Amino acid sequence: MNKPNVLIIDDEPQIRKLLEINLSTHGYQTRQAATGKEGLMLAANHIPDVILLDLGLPDISGHEVLRQLREWYPKAIVVLSVEKGEEDIIRALDNGANDYLSKPFRVGELMARLRSAIRNNDSGEAQPVITAGELEIDLAGRVVKNQGEVLKLTTTEYNLLALLARNEGRVLTHQFLLKEVWGVGYQTETQYLRVFVAQLRKKIEQDANHPRHLITVSGVGYRFE
Amino acid sequence: MMRRIPVLQQMFIGAGCVVLLSVICYLFRPYMDYRVVALILLLVVSLLAVLFDILPVLVSAVLSALILNVFFIEPVLHYKINSAESALLFFIYMLVALVNAVLTNRLRKQEARVRDKEEKEKTIQLYNTLLSSLSHELKTPIATIIGAVDTLQEAGDRITAEQKSELFTAIDIAGSRLNKQVENLLNMSRLETGTLALKKDWCDVNELIFRVMGSVPDCDDHRVLFDPDEKVPLFKIDEGLMEIVLYGIVANAIRYTPPGSEVRIQVGFDDDQLHITISDNGKGIPEEEKQKVFDKFYRMPDSGTGGTGLGLSIARGIVEAHGGQIGLSDSAAGGAEFSLTLPAEVSYLKNLKNE
Repeated sequence: MNKPNVLIIDDEPQIRKLLEINLSTHGYQTRQAATGKEGLMLAANHIPDVILLDLGLPDISGHEVLRQLREWYPKAIVVLSVEKGEEDIIRALDNGANDYLSKPFRVGELMARLRSAIRNNDSGEAQPVITAGELEIDLAGRVVKNQGEVLKLTTTEYNLLALLARNEGRVLTHQFLLKEVWGVGYQTETQYLRVFVAQLRKKIEQDANHPRHLITVSGVGYRFE
Repeated sequence: MMRRIPVLQQMFIGAGCVVLLSVICYLFRPYMDYRVVALILLLVVSLLAVLFDILPVLVSAVLSALILNVFFIEPVLHYKINSAESALLFFIYMLVALVNAVLTNRLRKQEARVRDKEEKEKTIQLYNTLLSSLSHELKTPIATIIGAVDTLQEAGDRITAEQKSELFTAIDIAGSRLNKQVENLLNMSRLETGTLALKKDWCDVNELIFRVMGSVPDCDDHRVLFDPDEKVPLFKIDEGLMEIVLYGIVANAIRYTPPGSEVRIQVGFDDDQLHITISDNGKGIPEEEKQKVFDKFYRMPDSGTGGTGLGLSIARGIVEAHGGQIGLSDSAAGGAEFSLTLPAEVSYLKNLKNE
């Protein structure tokens, strides 16, 4: 397999250096841009597999770069943000970013996000069966098994789990989940999400109090792992 | 406090008081000499002078003088004054009322100046505490990082692999500590400037507490205990901020109790209030320190290094921003017990089994 190509758009030279070293030692090829304009140009000329985009750029805002990229660029974009500002993150995710990392981040976290972003690129047509540890989700048969045992899930529980599992490793925002599972008009009814996530955890997690599959991303949404 | 009433409103209140008192005096006119009325009105104007701005007081003073003249000094219901004595009284009344208003106002301005000065001094003192606390708390990890990197670059093969790994760990810890300090400072300044907007949303409190427990560092030699109550409804609070509050209190409890201590978290609720208590079995906090621990930059006398003295004051700020309260008392085990009460919207949807 070819080395996956990553475009880094970040104005901080130290961060670019750090990313470049880590990515190249993990088998990625990198290109770097220090400004939004340069990033847009490089993306158009080389079409990378993943774009790492810093939201705080000197020339145009990262949100604007994201918007312009999403007009034509179909592959994964992982957003980097220096603050844990939830609004910024939610805005980026709702505008087409696949995932985010807040600085400072751990290298392990970075690599996990990149791996899942690339996996999402490849799985254009959904995998029929998703496995995560003891958990097995058969999307074709709409059957969920835990340690080989079939779980009884309600329709809503299944829809929620399947949606998260199909986007394994990726944060889905509250709004997005509510719209997709419950429908338009339910986007603010986060209480439904809380209830159903709690119910699902009781069924699919070994220990619902220390979830390993349905991960809460505080103030933003949920991630399936 | 009184300063917050707009001047126009002060004007009406002042005039209202004068008119009301005048009406009462007018009813008792057969039993009262106009000189007594003059003294009563003077008293009212003096009281107003203590509470209100100069302009409304002057207006009240003039109004009361006119009322005195027209309604109480013979001939009643006419602005003319018959006797020289009454005229003298009227002018003296006018003069005393005005002088009273001006003097009181000047006195209050002076007081305000003194208060301002004291406040400024307090701010400067706070800044100094901040600077000394900051320079220490930020420079220590920076020194660690620079020193460790230097050593790793210079020493080459003269240090063992084990020593190298120790240095890397030191850099790692220092970096995390810097990150935490900066986060604390940002939160503090957001609380201070009022730019910290609450983003309330439905929160599964049990889940929140388990998440906090999972993120608290070096739990190894401490035990953090929590027995979730399945019946706790969803509460509408700012989950991210409450995570900071609980993290701060639990991390504090772990830091300031000896290894092997227990930290116990309990959740309770009534109609529209969420109660969380965090208690430990450490040596407790002396009575005279209990109020101070929530103050900005306050550190317990024997608290050693690390920590900016911001954690608990941030916790209090966030709880109060929710309209709640945070208190500190002794736990049953003799340690410290922090109790939070948050008024919040409640949803019992959690207990419905549907769909």
